[in-house]
Amino acid sequence: MAKITLENLAHSYLPKPTREEDYALKSMDHDWVDGEAYALLGSSGCGKSTLLNIISGLLHPSQGRILFNDKDVTMAPTTQRNIAQVFQFPVVYDTMTVRDNLAFPLRNRGSDPAYIQERVQQIAAMIGMEATLDRKARGLTADAKQKISLGRGMVREDVNALLFDEPLTVIDPHMKWELRTQLKSLHHEFGHTMIYVTHDQTEALTFADKVVVMFDGRVVQMGTPQQLFETPEHTFVGYFIGSPGMNVLEAKVSGDKAVIAGTEISLGQGFGTPTGKVELGVRPEFVTLQSGDEGLPVTIKRVEDVGRHKIVRADFQGIEINIIAAEGENISPDMNRVVFDTAGINIYSDSWRVAPKAA
Amino acid sequence: MNKTVNQKAWFLILPVLLLVAFSAVIPLMTVVNYSVQDTFGRNEFFWAGLEWFEQMLASERMWNALGRQIAFTAIILAIQIPLGVFVALNMPKKGFWASFCLVLMSLPLLIPWNVVGTIWQIFGRVDIGLLGYTLNAMGIDYNYTQDFYAAWITVVMMDVWHWTSLVALLAYAGLQSIPDAYYQAAKIDQAGRWKVFRFIELPKIMGVLMIAILLRFMDSFMIYTEPFVVTGGGPGNSTTFLSIDLVKMALGQFDLGPAAAFSIMYYLVILLVSYVFYTVMTNLDKRDGH
Amino acid sequence: MSDLTHTSAKRGLRLPKINGSAVVMGLYLLFLLLPIYWLLIMSLKTNSEILNTFTLWPEDLTFDNYLTILTDSSWYMGYVNSMIYVVMNMVISLAVALPAAYAFSRYSFLGDKHLFFWLLTNRMAPPAVFALPFFQLYSSIGLFDTHIAVALAHALFNVPLAVWILEGFMRGVPKEIDETAYIDGYSFPRFFVQIFTPLVASGIGVTAFFLFMFSWVELLLSRTLTSVDAKPIAATMTRTVGADGIDWGVLAAAGVLTILPGALVIYFVRNYIAKGFALGRV
Repeated sequence: MAKITLENLAHSYLPKPTREEDYALKSMDHDWVDGEAYALLGSSGCGKSTLLNIISGLLHPSQGRILFNDKDVTMAPTTQRNIAQVFQFPVVYDTMTVRDNLAFPLRNRGSDPAYIQERVQQIAAMIGMEATLDRKARGLTADAKQKISLGRGMVREDVNALLFDEPLTVIDPHMKWELRTQLKSLHHEFGHTMIYVTHDQTEALTFADKVVVMFDGRVVQMGTPQQLFETPEHTFVGYFIGSPGMNVLEAKVSGDKAVIAGTEISLGQGFGTPTGKVELGVRPEFVTLQSGDEGLPVTIKRVEDVGRHKIVRADFQGIEINIIAAEGENISPDMNRVVFDTAGINIYSDSWRVAPKAA
Repeated sequence: MNKTVNQKAWFLILPVLLLVAFSAVIPLMTVVNYSVQDTFGRNEFFWAGLEWFEQMLASERMWNALGRQIAFTAIILAIQIPLGVFVALNMPKKGFWASFCLVLMSLPLLIPWNVVGTIWQIFGRVDIGLLGYTLNAMGIDYNYTQDFYAAWITVVMMDVWHWTSLVALLAYAGLQSIPDAYYQAAKIDQAGRWKVFRFIELPKIMGVLMIAILLRFMDSFMIYTEPFVVTGGGPGNSTTFLSIDLVKMALGQFDLGPAAAFSIMYYLVILLVSYVFYTVMTNLDKRDGH
Repeated sequence: MSDLTHTSAKRGLRLPKINGSAVVMGLYLLFLLLPIYWLLIMSLKTNSEILNTFTLWPEDLTFDNYLTILTDSSWYMGYVNSMIYVVMNMVISLAVALPAAYAFSRYSFLGDKHLFFWLLTNRMAPPAVFALPFFQLYSSIGLFDTHIAVALAHALFNVPLAVWILEGFMRGVPKEIDETAYIDGYSFPRFFVQIFTPLVASGIGVTAFFLFMFSWVELLLSRTLTSVDAKPIAATMTRTVGADGIDWGVLAAAGVLTILPGALVIYFVRNYIAKGFALGRV
């Protein structure tokens, strides 16, 4: 188990990167704390798999260093890093039995046969494959094969880190939930440092202690699910996390007032006079629909009832504003104003969050 | 893929059927015809029943040729398959050098078979050939026109030279289809080189390897031109394989009856072995199917 | 920052250590090329140099052997004849194999599996078995010593091969494409020519390559079925055996010239070879 440090790390797949766009992974400095479970979240092509492969040593970064417990492992091969990784698509040794598949990493490291036997049994119980232990892996369903891959990743107890690269893509929904829960309890039990790559926010938010959101080769925010929800550091985080995502409106901000398309609203806190492209972000949960003449004038386009609550899609001068209303709330056609809860307002300058100034 | 049942598809097959019927069935009928008849010239034929078959089965000549044929096929398979896989494992994966190797390796495959014979005939000669001359200069007694072992070594080497690339290219194609994740997982599991081959590469190329074995079996079992050009079947009869013997009998001595009986048995042996392979292969396919 | 970028440039390159694979490949390619090299330099030597001195490269460089071949019609017509029947065979084989491969890849019908295997058995037929009956068959219908006779005879093993390879490629084309085309009102022939054939173009290329290969290298049947007018180059080469022994120089030059077409074809399809083999159907 180890703390992982990324120092000035960047990677480009081109041999001679010159411009910033040439980098699949832009320069970053981060500490990944020992024993935490991280989810690496982002849309495809944002560099999350690149980062994972650099950590596992399958790829050597074109710049910077990577340290495990303060020991430089930048150029160390995968085998010396003592990590485990589970890939997106099942990787099993077809000609071996399930048992041999699970025992493979231990046998290659010369573990004691009695221990292997016991450990394999444990893992098999965990992935629910005790009954099929002596079957050949070939011919099993993709589901079962991926469970074997997971099992093989978890079979070693002394790993520095456990890496998962969208491992549940091929697993059916019911099993997905179960396996995720198991991974989580495993984490609590053994305290491995875990890094879990996914593009599914639910998966990330339910699994991880800390979620690392990546966008365009950059880590835009690293924080607890609550931080990501309440104070998205980047508009991308706002959009990407939450359902529906954060409402982002262009605004002119000075002090504790913002003007959106001619309507002035109060922000509750001072933000100075941010420059660049200034936007106001507010999550649908902090937006209230009401009648009267206070707030922004909107027209309701439609109401979606998703069970626990209602999502109201409203139009504000051509921009869609989403509002989450409680299940029991009545939506009447004369409700044509929205107001924002000041606690949920964030201000962005060129997509990055501006911290409020103590007024 | 689920196929639609459609009997009209027969119309699409029809051209192939007619063509193959013309160029396979009619000649085959002729052969069968000859195999059960006898002739005293002047186009008069008499029913001979299974006489020719009995004669051929009792013929030491055929059994010897079959023995040599089996030995030859076994030897070249034992060399070409492992060597081909070994070469494939060492080929560059991509880029200029991959194309470079592919082009040069394909070269022997597109040389007319008699020219392959000619190349080795020249190459092995003691007076003007690089191989023969060098070996003799080194004090090794090598002369493929006179010595049994030298003749066999030359013919086997020629076939290895000619066809190993085919096995290598097939295995290479199989290796290329293995996703990177497998190699990465193996690294993480700390599997050594041998284990990577044994548990990842070999299972994945098994299918193409079966095809390679089948093709090499078939083609080496039918080999005619190359050894004929190099050794003419000699010295003595030492490199007279089935096809060489058959052509000698049919076109050289015009012993139509025995030659026809010989042909049919020859064909049946190939069919039988190939059928076994084909069945094994389709079963392998099915097993990997899902 | 600039320092780091500098080191990264070095990291990108593998260290030039002794590479085992390169050694293996080097030795193997040497083994493949040495006999060909020997043929090549021999074709550039005079017969007296070949027979009287042992030299590793031509000391008395000559192109006379090639001149002999290229100026004598009985020599160079051998190449023309070979080319003609090879091309004929490719056209015939592809023309009949395309619809059949389509049928096998799309439909199931009475006896399809047996038919497919029966077709393949023809790829397994020893040419030696067919040599004599072919000779008699084509003689009796007056096709002896014509290009078409050889082309048809080679169809025996090339048609099954073409069906086999093409079927593999066609299976990779989703069936929905056919259905969409029929819904859009295409007739079968129009769909097949305008839509489907372009989709399997690479498959047709690979097939053509193998058809060329097997027709070009075959000698037994092509020699048996021809005497003068359609005599292939491979058979013409036996002419070098004269009263005063073998004309080694000319024989070698003729050999080199038979390698060239194959080498050219390989060069053009070099990027598809691996893919063609990848189907595992040769």
